[in-house]
Amino acid sequence: MTATRQDLPVPATGRQIHGFHGGLRLRHHKKVSCALAVERPPLPDRLIVPLLQHAGGMAEPLVRAGDAVLKGQPIGVCQPCATVHAPVSGYVEAIEDRPMSHPSGQPGPCVIIRPDGREQWTRLGPLDDWQNASPDTLITQMQNCGLAGLGGAVFPTHEKMRDGRERKTHTLILNGAECEPWISCDEMLMREQPGKVILGARILRRALGAEHVVIAVEDQMGAVQAALVGCREFGESRNISLVKVPAIYPEGGERQLIQVLTGLEVPAGGRPSDIGLVCQNVATAAAVAEAVSTGKPLIERYVTVTGNGIAQPRNFLALFGTPVAHLVECCGGYREDVARLVVGGPMMGFPLDTDAAPVVKASNCILALTRGDIATPQVEMPCIRCGECARVCPAKLLPQQLHLQVTNELWEQAQEYGLGACIECGCCDAVCPSHIPLVEWFRFGKSELRKRALETAASELARRRHEEREARLSREQRERAEKLARRKQTLRDKTTQQDRIRASIERAAQRDSRRTDDPEGGSSGGA
Amino acid sequence: MLIAVLILAALGVAFGLGLGWAALRFRVDSDPVVERIDALLPQTQCGQCGYPGCRPYAEAIASDQADINQCPPGGEAGIRALADLLGREAKPLNPENGEETAKTVVRIDEARCIGCTLCIQACPVDAIVGAAKLMHTVIRAECTGCNLCLPPCPVDCIDIVAAETHPPRWQRPRPPGAPDGLIRQ
Repeated sequence: MTATRQDLPVPATGRQIHGFHGGLRLRHHKKVSCALAVERPPLPDRLIVPLLQHAGGMAEPLVRAGDAVLKGQPIGVCQPCATVHAPVSGYVEAIEDRPMSHPSGQPGPCVIIRPDGREQWTRLGPLDDWQNASPDTLITQMQNCGLAGLGGAVFPTHEKMRDGRERKTHTLILNGAECEPWISCDEMLMREQPGKVILGARILRRALGAEHVVIAVEDQMGAVQAALVGCREFGESRNISLVKVPAIYPEGGERQLIQVLTGLEVPAGGRPSDIGLVCQNVATAAAVAEAVSTGKPLIERYVTVTGNGIAQPRNFLALFGTPVAHLVECCGGYREDVARLVVGGPMMGFPLDTDAAPVVKASNCILALTRGDIATPQVEMPCIRCGECARVCPAKLLPQQLHLQVTNELWEQAQEYGLGACIECGCCDAVCPSHIPLVEWFRFGKSELRKRALETAASELARRRHEEREARLSREQRERAEKLARRKQTLRDKTTQQDRIRASIERAAQRDSRRTDDPEGGSSGGA
Repeated sequence: MLIAVLILAALGVAFGLGLGWAALRFRVDSDPVVERIDALLPQTQCGQCGYPGCRPYAEAIASDQADINQCPPGGEAGIRALADLLGREAKPLNPENGEETAKTVVRIDEARCIGCTLCIQACPVDAIVGAAKLMHTVIRAECTGCNLCLPPCPVDCIDIVAAETHPPRWQRPRPPGAPDGLIRQ
């Protein structure tokens, strides 16, 4: 792999844009939330910080109810995923189950913090001299600052970077191709903080040991391009290029973007680092810049609050734990015919049951849909095998086939047909003339495959431990038996020795008695 | 004529020797069917099937001494997988062996535990740690939910609790709506 890596085309030099299979051209709806400048909303009364915020696991709380916390203080740790920090200074009111902006809709443990309004920071540890810091120091800093992929998957950044570093990445791709309709948080971030994005890109590049950085933005983001190219940091940096990509959904998917930029496909079941690339979201890069240059952990993000159900759609720089209701209120409230809240975009988002749920690291967008937006649910009809879904699938799967397999729970077959490679983009759903909720089924199927993999791993572990226990028990039994045998042997040996002693004593006694009988022959019978 | 017979005879001897050598060289020590059956069993080692562990049960199935519907933790899905493997008809779980329940694990109430080590000796997968007269505890991630530690406990300090189903261990429910072309009834 390393030998061929040198030969791979480096996207920074070739500006040629490639295509990817399938995809859809969707209406953007982005301008509506870009009119107002981004602001921090006023502090809410309570912040609800869920302990489950990263792909990989639930954090263990580090604080207890009644504790005082400082802004930026770690309040939850999780190995190997990232740390959760207090977004404000204040005191912990409780740690209890609350709605937590998770696709399950289930409540989970959250740290409830009541702000004291002083905004007092904990002691921060910036890396002032990051140009000379070792990559390991930089990556550890990212872990301690709780960084995770802000594109929506919240994969811990340090893990991705460690993997990319070990596999000798040559190019870092910054993903600014925010392709899903309505969402504009990355666009606003790049317009308002281009310097931070570029600085973050350089830090990430150093941590990876990569040479090139490619920032990909959609060709419709004119202001973004001007802001990025115009900022001081861009002029000072070498080997950073900006590439405009056509706005086709789901262009912002990691694999699709890589294909568009390089013409290479990430192997199925593999990672971009397999072909010498690492892809990070632009918001993650800005957060990295913040974490390294100021030491501030990840406690806030750009969030788009938009949709036809919102009075004044806009973007906020919101603290994690801010209730969705609070943000909506700061947007002038709901419109009358609001019907549903969605976290994320209309294609890949998940419905939110209550607006008491907080903004978390994964929340890029809060979308309020009206009754008019939600078309009356169409009656699901049987699949007519038209093949439209396969034509638009960016992962080159056969959705109609997978649907049959998942509904019939033919898991081995579904796995063979690449169910795990589904990116849940929703293109097949959108074009299906029979209105089959395909992605709904695929999400269920993927979750089932994950469960089965976990079960297999658990039963494998149980088998190994059982076998080892059996081996240990039989070994112990054998050792006991051997020990017993040895002891018997020694005992027997001892008896024989005692017998021998006794025999020689007897012989001596006989000799003595003979000597007393015959005192003349005394010198001849020495023992 | 004679040459042909001789050639064929020589070929026969040569191939016979080759096969004999291959049989010795590539001999499979254990029965591969047992391995494959064992791979489908849930490895709880609970003994509800009437055998002292999953492997003995797999051996009994392979030698036709046991039926395929005696494993409650494997449940209907497990029976179906065994039926597929062995080319037999799937049948409902034998109620004599118990009934299929949601996965559970056990927890030791550490305040009541007297440190008798009896549960440690009963655990088939060494998922309980502790020492004589010291507190014992269950390694939750390694507990198979066999409940074999319950009977020996003299102070009843072991409770059955549901396995983790909260996020991130959350399992997406099957979407509503009937599939249009059921292959399997």
